[in-house]
Amino acid sequence: MNEGLITTAYIGAAILFILSLGGLSNPETSRRGNLFGMIGMALAVLATLAGPRVTGVSNFAIITSAMALGGAVGVYAAIRVKMTQMPELVAIMHSLVGLAACLVGFANYVDPLAHFTGAEKTIHEIEIFIGVLIGAITFSGSVIAFGKLSGKIGGKPMLLPARHWLNLGLLVAVLIAGKMFLDAENAQAGLVPLAIMTVLALLFGVHMVMAIGGADMPVVVSMLNSYSGWAAAATGFMLSNDLLIVVGALVGSSGAILSYIMCRAMNRNFIAVIAGGFGTSGGATPASGAAPQGEVNPIDAEETAELLRAARNIIIVPGYGMAVAQAQHTVYEITKLLREKGLNVRFGIHPVAGRMPGHMNVLLAEAKVPYDIVMEMDELNQDFPQTDVSIVIGANDIVNPSAQEDPNSPIAGMPVLEVWKAKTSIVMKRSMASGYAGVDNPLFYKENNRMLFGDAKKMLDEVLGNLRK
Amino acid sequence: MKIGIPREVYPGERRVAATPESVAQLIKLGFSVVVESDAGMEANIGDDVYREAGAEVAAGPREVWEAADILLKVRAPMPHPTLGCSEAALLAAGKTLISFIWPAQNPELMQDLAATQGTVLAMDSVPRISRAQKLDALSSMANIAGYRAVIEAAHHFGRFFTGQVTAAGKVPPAKVFVIGAGVAGLAAIGAANALGAIVRAFDTRPEVADQVRSLGAEFVTVDYQEDGAGVGGYAKVMSEGYQKAQKEMTARQAMEVDIIVTTALIPGKPAPKLITAGMVESMKPGSVIVDLAAEQGGNCELTVPHQVVVRHGVTIIGYADLPSRLARQSSQLYSTNLVRLLEELCPAKDGTINVNMDDEVIRGTTVIKDGTITWPPPPPKLTAAPPPQQQMATAAPPSAPAPKAGGHGAGSPVSVKGILITGALLAIVFGFLGANAPAAFLGHFMIFVLACFIGYMVVWNVTPALHTPLMSVTNAISSIIVIGALIQIGSPGTLISLLAGLAIALTAVNMFGGFWVTQRMLRMFRK
Repeated sequence: MNEGLITTAYIGAAILFILSLGGLSNPETSRRGNLFGMIGMALAVLATLAGPRVTGVSNFAIITSAMALGGAVGVYAAIRVKMTQMPELVAIMHSLVGLAACLVGFANYVDPLAHFTGAEKTIHEIEIFIGVLIGAITFSGSVIAFGKLSGKIGGKPMLLPARHWLNLGLLVAVLIAGKMFLDAENAQAGLVPLAIMTVLALLFGVHMVMAIGGADMPVVVSMLNSYSGWAAAATGFMLSNDLLIVVGALVGSSGAILSYIMCRAMNRNFIAVIAGGFGTSGGATPASGAAPQGEVNPIDAEETAELLRAARNIIIVPGYGMAVAQAQHTVYEITKLLREKGLNVRFGIHPVAGRMPGHMNVLLAEAKVPYDIVMEMDELNQDFPQTDVSIVIGANDIVNPSAQEDPNSPIAGMPVLEVWKAKTSIVMKRSMASGYAGVDNPLFYKENNRMLFGDAKKMLDEVLGNLRK
Repeated sequence: MKIGIPREVYPGERRVAATPESVAQLIKLGFSVVVESDAGMEANIGDDVYREAGAEVAAGPREVWEAADILLKVRAPMPHPTLGCSEAALLAAGKTLISFIWPAQNPELMQDLAATQGTVLAMDSVPRISRAQKLDALSSMANIAGYRAVIEAAHHFGRFFTGQVTAAGKVPPAKVFVIGAGVAGLAAIGAANALGAIVRAFDTRPEVADQVRSLGAEFVTVDYQEDGAGVGGYAKVMSEGYQKAQKEMTARQAMEVDIIVTTALIPGKPAPKLITAGMVESMKPGSVIVDLAAEQGGNCELTVPHQVVVRHGVTIIGYADLPSRLARQSSQLYSTNLVRLLEELCPAKDGTINVNMDDEVIRGTTVIKDGTITWPPPPPKLTAAPPPQQQMATAAPPSAPAPKAGGHGAGSPVSVKGILITGALLAIVFGFLGANAPAAFLGHFMIFVLACFIGYMVVWNVTPALHTPLMSVTNAISSIIVIGALIQIGSPGTLISLLAGLAIALTAVNMFGGFWVTQRMLRMFRK
């Protein structure tokens, strides 16, 4: 297969990848989109294998065995992963892309076949440098994100003293290493600064994600998604491969948009999220003056069932707590029962509910909840006044009225689901602890709010039992 | 301590301050209970039921008043018809009376009660704060009054409430207009709506509009801007201009509707006259007005308190005892309010009460403490429903919804300055690249920039529900890096082969795992 044919195959693959992302605009077309992606990938890999650069039986043996090994691991993980663990899986996959970009960068640098001179050499080396840099940050950052999401590392932000200066120092050190790398006389001498920079980048990735707290994870995961794309694009520049550049740019901008959406949903500045901690001014202590007063009204499962039975319009707002308690299947059973009784049950999803973009949707889909009753925040927020009962399952900050009512609140201005406008709201919660932002939630003290304390799964099972009676 | 439940002596009063359920709860709190014989008769509760619940039954009022340390009543004390003395005189030092008192309207009664050196808690003086809601008997009674008002209206109204198409012809639905959307007004709206009527409501406080609409009624507005929320969530007296506009609105509604329920009250003032004789005349014959403010002088000029009168063909109901007309229900809710108050007074559940004047709720409710008049209490620290600040002057729609998300990536409008700065920066970067970079690089760079734009356009179209599959599929296609490794594996050197082989294995995890898990997720999305 000659270069021309390979290039046309790559064009075909690039189109298929674009169609693959385009298919996700609707659940109906999404499966077809995924198929396009697979075809595109197969086309690109086969065309490369058939090309002049891959020769020799032993090489094919290496490729086949490496692919079989990696593929087996990947498929195993894909089959076994629970939907609640999706954020972890996605994070660890980002780290693999980052690591692969690093490896390809190093290999390319020591590759004697890649010869350049003059400006081309400089550009090529800058490309390698940047590719490895982004790859290393993606790798270590994603590993830490994986650790945080899976609970192996505590979710609390780790804030080192003078961390911004530390980051700045790392940046300067990376620039110095880059200068040394470009000035190196031969490949052997250049490896040292490249390796130093890799270590620095790894440290930077660790430090960056360690400083970010649990509920900011949607932003981090989508940011790392973006980085993995840019790493692929940098690799593409390095190898002068347009397909890699296109795919890298697609993935990179996809991740960037997701980060943007997540930040907007929290009414927070991207820089502020990445800089770590919550709200640089307020910190973890709520700055608001008027602490909510009054008493909470507890309710039990039986009364909850009564309320649901008497309602006509119900909106369920799930949060990370539902994922933790694995309650989505019970939620579906309740939903099914109520819908059979002719009640209008819908779900309201806040963009940052859960630990990654779209997390709640996947959990509900797994539990067989039809996607046409799962609504976005903007779609049903105006419907709460006509709603009889709104149920909040394991969510806190995303339903906090002080975001609208208290201009001094650390989360003021964040768009929230207005569950308190329903006739009755029921909050399922394990305790009265405040949410991630450390802000007390006046919702709990509203007179039309009821608290259903206990593990979400257990309480929902009881509600279901009472509904079946 | 012993709690006594005397029989109510006010003519026509059918409520009682305890039910068997509340007696059981009081006993659980450590009290013993004595009930006057026949106390619950009018509310269909016999003496035997009280006995079963654990109370003892005393033959007459004097026994109850003498035996009990705490007296629970509904109506304020009044001259007793059989004992020949006032109920107030039966109170004594060390005893506590809990009932409706209305201290502002009854200064003489207050003096009489204070003279006995006893303690008096007034259920009408419970502060309006969230914590005290469960013992807010005024709200409980208002709720019943609102409901009953609609039932009374239906009784005197000659037609269906709900619209029907029958074989014998079409019946239009009744139109109900509720003035004042407090607790009673909202209850009336709910009841009228449940009967199938078309309900409209008006209130001087614009923030109740949402509550009105949530009950299925239309909120009628006055074409004049003023907020009517006073202290404690009650209404205040409005300006003259507002009252004029309101009058015009009421007159228009009066001509149109079949039933008017008025609940407009201003604390400590006579009820505002909202419906004039002329408006009554303009109503259709057979219409009904229920005036819940009758006892305070009435919202309608023609109301006769405690009576039903017909004027200009319109039935005007001036009952002041609507809760008493639903005696069983009122007794149940009122007695529960009392139990809640006693829970506050007796936190240790040991059957003794402590009138703790440092507690905001108890302080507000206590009007006489050991013979000293402690009414009025200091003003409450917090209003029941603080109006959002931005509504004060303009009565703007409550809490404007969060800024609409631009469908296609157009988030917040970017300032012109921002665009200029970004443009200038881009021009510098591009200029530098164009001047120095080799042509081959620029070719790739162009593809890169265009791909970024395509990605931008495509990804904004992705539905938020599929963001997780989007991430996993982008993960899968990021494994395109495998091409770099595939190309390199043919290069000489073990190190390169090793690095490339490792990279292939890593990307293969993503490639297969990513597509597989995406497919698994997408299969789950179904209608």
